[in-house]
Amino acid sequence: MSQARLAPGVVPGRLTPHELAANFADVAPPLTDHEARVAADRCYFCHDAPCITACPTSIDIPLFIRQIATGTPDAAAMTIFHANILGGMCGRVCPTETLCEGACVRMEAEGKPVAIGALQRYATDGLMAQGAHPFRRAVPTGKRIAVVGAGPAGLSAAHRLAAKGHDVTIYEARPKPGGLNEYGIASYKAVDGFAQAEVEWLLGIGGITLRHDQRLGRDITLESLRTEYDAVFLGMGLGGVNALRAEGEERRNVLDAVSFIRDLRQASDLATLPVGRDVVVIGGGMTAVDAAVQAKLLGAENVTIVYRRDQAQMGASRHEQDHATGSGVRIICNAAPVKIHGNGAVVEVEFAYTAIDPDGGLRLTGDRFRLKADQVFRAIGQRLDGVPETLALDGGKIGIAGPGRTSIPGVWAGGDCAAGGDDLTVTAVAEGRDAAEDIDAHLTGRPVELPG
Amino acid sequence: MADLRSNFVGIKSPNPFWLASAPPTDKEYNVRRAFQAGWGGVVWKTLGSEGPPVVNVNGPRYGVIHGPDRRVLGINNIELITDRPLEVNLREIKSVKRDYPDRALVISLMVPCDEQSWRDILARIEDTGADGVELNFGCPHGMSERGMGSAVGQVPEYIEMVTRWVKQYSRMPCIVKLTPNITDVRKPAEAAMRGGADAVSLINTINSITSVDLDLFAPQPTIDGKGAHGGYCGPAVKPIALNMVAEIARNPATYGLPISGIGGVTTWRDAAEFMALGAGTVQVCTAAMTYGFKVVQEMISGLRDYLDSHDMAMSDLIGRAVPNVTDWNQLNLNYVTKARIDQDLCIKCGRCYAACEDTSHQAIAMKPGRVFEVIEEECVACNLCLDVCPVENCIDMRELAVGEMDLRTGIRRGPYANWTTHPNNPMAVKAAE
Repeated sequence: MSQARLAPGVVPGRLTPHELAANFADVAPPLTDHEARVAADRCYFCHDAPCITACPTSIDIPLFIRQIATGTPDAAAMTIFHANILGGMCGRVCPTETLCEGACVRMEAEGKPVAIGALQRYATDGLMAQGAHPFRRAVPTGKRIAVVGAGPAGLSAAHRLAAKGHDVTIYEARPKPGGLNEYGIASYKAVDGFAQAEVEWLLGIGGITLRHDQRLGRDITLESLRTEYDAVFLGMGLGGVNALRAEGEERRNVLDAVSFIRDLRQASDLATLPVGRDVVVIGGGMTAVDAAVQAKLLGAENVTIVYRRDQAQMGASRHEQDHATGSGVRIICNAAPVKIHGNGAVVEVEFAYTAIDPDGGLRLTGDRFRLKADQVFRAIGQRLDGVPETLALDGGKIGIAGPGRTSIPGVWAGGDCAAGGDDLTVTAVAEGRDAAEDIDAHLTGRPVELPG
Repeated sequence: MADLRSNFVGIKSPNPFWLASAPPTDKEYNVRRAFQAGWGGVVWKTLGSEGPPVVNVNGPRYGVIHGPDRRVLGINNIELITDRPLEVNLREIKSVKRDYPDRALVISLMVPCDEQSWRDILARIEDTGADGVELNFGCPHGMSERGMGSAVGQVPEYIEMVTRWVKQYSRMPCIVKLTPNITDVRKPAEAAMRGGADAVSLINTINSITSVDLDLFAPQPTIDGKGAHGGYCGPAVKPIALNMVAEIARNPATYGLPISGIGGVTTWRDAAEFMALGAGTVQVCTAAMTYGFKVVQEMISGLRDYLDSHDMAMSDLIGRAVPNVTDWNQLNLNYVTKARIDQDLCIKCGRCYAACEDTSHQAIAMKPGRVFEVIEEECVACNLCLDVCPVENCIDMRELAVGEMDLRTGIRRGPYANWTTHPNNPMAVKAAE
């Protein structure tokens, strides 16, 4: 047992390197050939399959599973990539239990869906491991397109635009591409540097220039991009983090969950990452779960997620919630933070239980409790940051009409920064892809090619 | 509890489940273990004439067809008759029979088509105390090239001739094993009967190529780049076997000829089906080769449960379905059914819809919310929807009462009437005015 396991405060090395390695191993190891065949055999090849409808990128799931079952997993991968170029990552991080697998008719039959996500990973991993990029670019069009953000939306748009013969330049604010795939998901969901490998593979199509450390509003402006390029796609995600608006929020060790997750993903040695002994995560989405579970896996003794509404309203799926509780995280619902207590650093968080008013509003009750905390993570959502004022917004995000068209001609948007959608990787991929098709149609007059 | 004891042409066994002449019954070690596991009888793997034993290939002998999850649906083989010395086999047969007097031990034979060869071997068999002989007129590979096996089984005159020799030179019950590699199985069965056979057993394996290696461009199993057709067996051949058994059972010329049913018997249910079509015993090979000898225990308990729950003796079951096997022209054309989908059981996969819409009669509607409903005005009752539905009992065929309107034809269901009297039949028999 590590010396630091029970140390108070926020300290590194609570667990031994061996324990850390085990905790952060692949949460869902890849299927073997045999497992894939057995899993694929369960697909009924439904007519107008509900899983396709449930997939934001409309992957032809029964077809790709049949291709696996008949011994052609590379063809299966192509079926996936035609609809979703980030199918590899989506196979790992999609909340399949609420999407394709949730819609699988086997759920109705036996309560156990076909393992669509795992099969998707099986097929895509196999093709990607062969190295060569499987798509060819169309004849050059001479059109140039700027993409802001190398996250799922931007990469998806860039790939499709490049495939259609356009030249694309991606402007990325951070030192590495991948967006939330690289910085924003739990480490155990995409091990072995998969996010970077996937980007590298995607860029293999050619025709895409990636420029790092280029933040919109700081290093580049929308106006200059509009002048220089034939079209602009905005996919920079949400740069800001919502505040708790609780007294004492400025105390030390009250941190953004997204920063914690990012630091975890970027750490070369998890034993150097400090984590509290008593950790409180405030929020109810996937970010809250990812932060809480990873705090636990780093060795925190007590980790509690506190969410202000009912459990049913949590953004994290039931599967994710179960993953959290199964990892030893406690979930408290219907409570909101009112005060961060401490002297310099946080020591306790005071919560008030909430109640729903008849008009649907959330109200704090007089019923209060305190949780011991030496580290607190904010995970109550992110917001748009640094967007030109000229863009019309919709609910705090970039307003769009149709396939990603913004209020400014020649400017498209998709992914988390754009209104609508579920803020999922797979939604961002779909939006980037569809915007790219629209951009292409706009620039060349060619018909849109979408799956489904 | 139902009595499963069987007396098949004088050959007694504690149950009607026999292992067929095949690799599982090639030697004493196997046969003893099969009897320990509960098999009622064994047909010892085919013996040949005295002399140098046959040789087998030293590469793969089996080709396989898999269903989902690598379930074995069919196996073909290019193995020949026993490749062990006759002396050894005879000694072992005697030894096993001495220790298992209550089990059926039948010896499969295949010797050249001359009287002396048969006379010689029969004398040797009688010495072992075996209960009977089965004449292998079915093996379709290897031996048939040498004028034996199915080469005999395909010529009714040869079957009759050899069977007559066997009955002449032996007092043992004689079962003639038939090949399915013919056009009309009734002819060889009739020939066997004319020759004095006590029973027929069928089917032997079916000429087959199970698959082609798409890298070697050779049939599988592949021996050094070449393949020869093999004999196909297992669950996949059961429908063919059932039909052939039924054809013999309902043929007036062979009516009452005892039958040992063979071909894809895998569960008690398969066995019961063969018996309902007239088989007095069944013989099993592929199921044992796939799962081991223990499968017989499920067959025994299953058949017993079935007979008990239906208050039937085994003799009530044997042949019970034969009167209901008829010719198409006897089927009631006024029997009308309509598919019916149980919405509570439906899992909304839509396979019934795809099958009906794409390949049948466009008689299923897909409604909002993936609700699938039968359009009775279009339904011809083909039952393809039921066949492709993955949920048991989700779709059934509702029979219209006599007098009830068939919404497809606009005609009320009438009393029994078949093709022989149908107005569209130019040969229709006119009903007396």
